Amino acid sequence: MYKGGKIIVGLVIFLAFLTFPFFYNMGKANAGPENLDANLKQAADSQCVEPADYMRNNHMQLLNQWRQAYVRDGLTEYTNSQGKTFEINIDTCTKCHSTGAASNTSGVSNPAVNEVGVSNPAVNTSDQFCVSCHDYASVKPTCWSCHSEPGGATK
Amino acid sequence: MLEKALTGSKKYWAWIIFLLAVIAVGFMAYLKQFSYGLGLTGMSRDVSWGLYIAQFTFLVGVAASAVMLVTPYYLHDFKKFGKMVIFGEFLAVSAVIMCILFIFVDVGQPMRILNVLLYPQLHSVMFYDMCVLCGYLAINIIVGWTSLGAERKGIHPPKWVKFLVYLSVPWAFSIHTVTAFLYAGLPGRHFWLTAIMAARFLASAFAAGPSLLILLLLIVRKVSKFDPDPPGVGAIQSLVKIIRYAMIANVFFYICEVFTAFYSSIPGEMHAFKYVFVGLDGHASLVPFMWTATFLAFLGILLLVFPTRKNKVLLPIALLAIFFANWIDKGVVLIIAGFVPNSFERVTEYFPTSNEISIVLGVYAIGFLILTILYKVAISVREEKAQ
Amino acid sequence: MSINRRQFLRRAGIVTALGLGGSFAITGLRGKVVEAAGEAGYKTSENALEAKHWAMVVDMSKFKSEDDFKRVTESCVSIHNIPDFGNPKDEIKWIWEDDYEHTFSGGDNEYLTESFKELPFTVMCNHCENPPCVKACPTGATFKRPDGIVDMDYHRCIGCRFCMGACPFGARSFNYRDPRPFIKKTNPDFPTRTPGVVEKCTFCVERLAKGQMPACVEASNGGLIFGDLDDPNSEVRKIVSSKFTIRRKTDLGTQPSVYYLVGGEDHA
Repeated sequence: MYKGGKIIVGLVIFLAFLTFPFFYNMGKANAGPENLDANLKQAADSQCVEPADYMRNNHMQLLNQWRQAYVRDGLTEYTNSQGKTFEINIDTCTKCHSTGAASNTSGVSNPAVNEVGVSNPAVNTSDQFCVSCHDYASVKPTCWSCHSEPGGATK
Repeated sequence: MLEKALTGSKKYWAWIIFLLAVIAVGFMAYLKQFSYGLGLTGMSRDVSWGLYIAQFTFLVGVAASAVMLVTPYYLHDFKKFGKMVIFGEFLAVSAVIMCILFIFVDVGQPMRILNVLLYPQLHSVMFYDMCVLCGYLAINIIVGWTSLGAERKGIHPPKWVKFLVYLSVPWAFSIHTVTAFLYAGLPGRHFWLTAIMAARFLASAFAAGPSLLILLLLIVRKVSKFDPDPPGVGAIQSLVKIIRYAMIANVFFYICEVFTAFYSSIPGEMHAFKYVFVGLDGHASLVPFMWTATFLAFLGILLLVFPTRKNKVLLPIALLAIFFANWIDKGVVLIIAGFVPNSFERVTEYFPTSNEISIVLGVYAIGFLILTILYKVAISVREEKAQ
Repeated sequence: MSINRRQFLRRAGIVTALGLGGSFAITGLRGKVVEAAGEAGYKTSENALEAKHWAMVVDMSKFKSEDDFKRVTESCVSIHNIPDFGNPKDEIKWIWEDDYEHTFSGGDNEYLTESFKELPFTVMCNHCENPPCVKACPTGATFKRPDGIVDMDYHRCIGCRFCMGACPFGARSFNYRDPRPFIKKTNPDFPTRTPGVVEKCTFCVERLAKGQMPACVEASNGGLIFGDLDDPNSEVRKIVSSKFTIRRKTDLGTQPSVYYLVGGEDHA
């Protein structure tokens, strides 16, 4: 092979670079995302729009469907598999899924639409619930570039 | 064959490095635009398309013009163009790539650009434009590359290539027709709403594209041992005749437009022409451009009509004149003036920003880099055969 | 559960469409998917205001002072998080005022007094029956709803601005830069926009869905009349059929749904 040695050495170096992250992290314990429930404020009797297990796996598809239904088909309400009806709105999610809601005992009033909510120092204005998993998976949701963040603050 | 682009003279490498430097500057400018938004350009609410779309429009024409070599050579067995066809096809390849890049830098949400494929809208001309451009790119890459490969081995290209060649003829017309339809179908934009827009586009394309091609071939002749038009063949002079008639047709079409606008005296029809030739409501930034283009167009036609077209010094001047006349008309004025005056009959002018111009130059540099590499390969193969 | 089925149909649709090189398959399938979703629990709210053809009448007799215009425009700006960049180049407008001469350009009458030429008119998206912007849009980001409203899907817009070239009314604005720092007071109930998308008046679809009239209509003290043009008993229909109204650039055939009542009752 023409310049075979050099090519093989080059390939080896390339492969070493490519696989470096795998070797670097080998054998290390994986902490996993933060505990989701700690960031969740919900009324005792309620479950999410669909069962939590289902939501964990399919929330993105459901959000896409909601978006299609609300924006394009003019359908504004969603009835889930248990027959319970929800308003199609990203606020429906952030009512519960926000650390900001920790200061809010009823769990009904949405900190995202509560204009005075921001002034409460106890309110964490970042949206920990989404961030904890999404940071871990390194998937950046673009929702908050237009929609109000769950904490109520829009940068 | 690509390895042939990796060996070259010092001048070759200096040119490559220069292009890479321009690309780097353009890329930095694009990163800036990417993070800030299109507000970094001179485009506004009233003039919502600018230099990017104008370059796109002009380059579609350059790409389509390859058909002026392909048709005579393959369909009419016009052997003179034998050595030049490949250069026309490679010019088309780099021009289409530039077109796609100009569209890309023009969209506000480039990360979503595949929505055009994900949610195809059969009523949108832009969908068809994307289809024909991508198809044309594929056809020209495949045809150019396989015929060059066959030539290198001294064999005939495979039969299916011929089929693609025949397909490329109507396809070339389609890309520029569809591009004209982008503009010609919009109500309320008088400057664009004209039935001969597609005809004008094709005429100007068949003048500007081959002019550029001959200029490039004159450079090829200077910098390499390969002569695309050896003494006695007269391929260039044949192409010059095509350019001449195309340019005359183009100017004729333009005069038709001016006549319709001014004899009918419909205000909306006249406004944009007034804006580009004499200025409107005290705004006249395009006037010097348009008169330069007019002068160059007539200069070019005159030089090509008379035997001056055979003069070694005057021919390049004539071709440059025709190229720039068309570039100003289609690559600057046509798109901008389409938005002047705006829907409220008010004049908002457009001036490109330096960041925008850097991006334009960067895209052109990418196009020229691709063109240089493709031409280098083609020339090397030909030089090798000649030995 | 419908999700998997939808998902499957969607993907199958895309694959089929690509395979056939056409997109009839995808449109057809998507139509069915929407139906299926309806059965599975998507519906409109009971309070929602519905119509076959939403239209607006601008009663010019009710717009007398500068304040009448400002109140209407401001109501839209504050509800829809419309930024104020302070320059016309990046400007975003949903509803604004312009004078008679420019709004109804083409019908110039040189003897018209200046006061008539400069008579202010409220302008916005005309929600055309044949919207050229919808025809132009390569992604379906702007689309016409069955109730006649030309709506925007900011999630899908790629920012090619073809619609801005197509619109004969200058009703569309592009986000040339991040609007958020320029919004005076953000309304958290309505999204802001992201740089690189086009926006315009949507006849307040989000309010209609909740049973509210468009914000400008509410703020206009009767100057803007909104209703179903298809309903012979609606106020808009009665005005449009029996009073002298004008529309912008009717010669282009786009059929605007915004009518201007110029000879209003009390000041004809």
